[in-house]
Amino acid sequence: MNSSVIIFPGSNCDRDMDVALKKFGFKNKMVWHDDDKLPKSDLIVLPGGFSYGDYLRCGSIAGKSKIIQSVIDFANSGGLVLGICNGFQILTETGLLKGVLQQNKNIEFICKNIFIKINNNENKFFSNIEKNILELHIAHNEGNYFCSEDELKSLEDNNQIAAYYCAPDGKIDEKSNPNGAIKNIAGIFNEKKNILGMMPHPERMIDQYLSGEDGSVFFENLIRNLK
Amino acid sequence: MKIKVIVTLKSGVLDPQGKAIQQTLNGMGFANVKDVRQGKYFNIDINENDEQKAKLAAEEICKKLLANQVIEDFKII
Repeated sequence: MNSSVIIFPGSNCDRDMDVALKKFGFKNKMVWHDDDKLPKSDLIVLPGGFSYGDYLRCGSIAGKSKIIQSVIDFANSGGLVLGICNGFQILTETGLLKGVLQQNKNIEFICKNIFIKINNNENKFFSNIEKNILELHIAHNEGNYFCSEDELKSLEDNNQIAAYYCAPDGKIDEKSNPNGAIKNIAGIFNEKKNILGMMPHPERMIDQYLSGEDGSVFFENLIRNLK
Repeated sequence: MKIKVIVTLKSGVLDPQGKAIQQTLNGMGFANVKDVRQGKYFNIDINENDEQKAKLAAEEICKKLLANQVIEDFKII
């Protein structure tokens, strides 16, 4: 399986993502934002970081970069696109995903482990995944997902909510919401479920000695689903 | 010509920075400050002499980049 990770000026999780993808069997290529063509890929990843220093709004400048039109074309033709953290912000700024990531409710940069509950398994990202509750890492200042009431309703009606922040036992409550995200939303899909944006970082959870291994569960499952 | 643009959060959208500023002002003794909403101001120099055309261009610029209309409104002044 071929994957491509797009690098923007200010991306800082691109190499972690490269390591993670390769560890689980992807042939990964790094793609510079100023290129206009994507290599042949089964998966495109927009990594975390602070593209363009988060100027204007997080992800807004990266969302207009040269490579993005190819990413949009790839996504619209059904290609699998994954945006993590800043990648999620970029996906909302391009309009590929609904809503927006606002500043955390408590105005603090949050860096900690959290739990998410996967809400929809009928897609390439999560089908057949062994665990429904994953412990992952978040590190962001703007992860407070927001959308209009109409958009929220359509996300719910089309089963586009990918995951919710939850307690270790899976309970979705206010206490387990780290950033004020509407309805505890940690990640969403587009309508066709081939684009996933989420704030938590699975690529930071692939080593039992460094962190945890719930990210491994995610990547192992993803490549299995793609084969 | 020079165009000025103000981008603000839509009413009803949470503005944690505005809230923090308001609370700080209250703490400093400005007890009568009820609410603060923070926004962005842009001064854009457009190479165009026709005011109408420049404003149309500015509107396009706001819609496509400067404002995220999910949560923000813009005003060309």
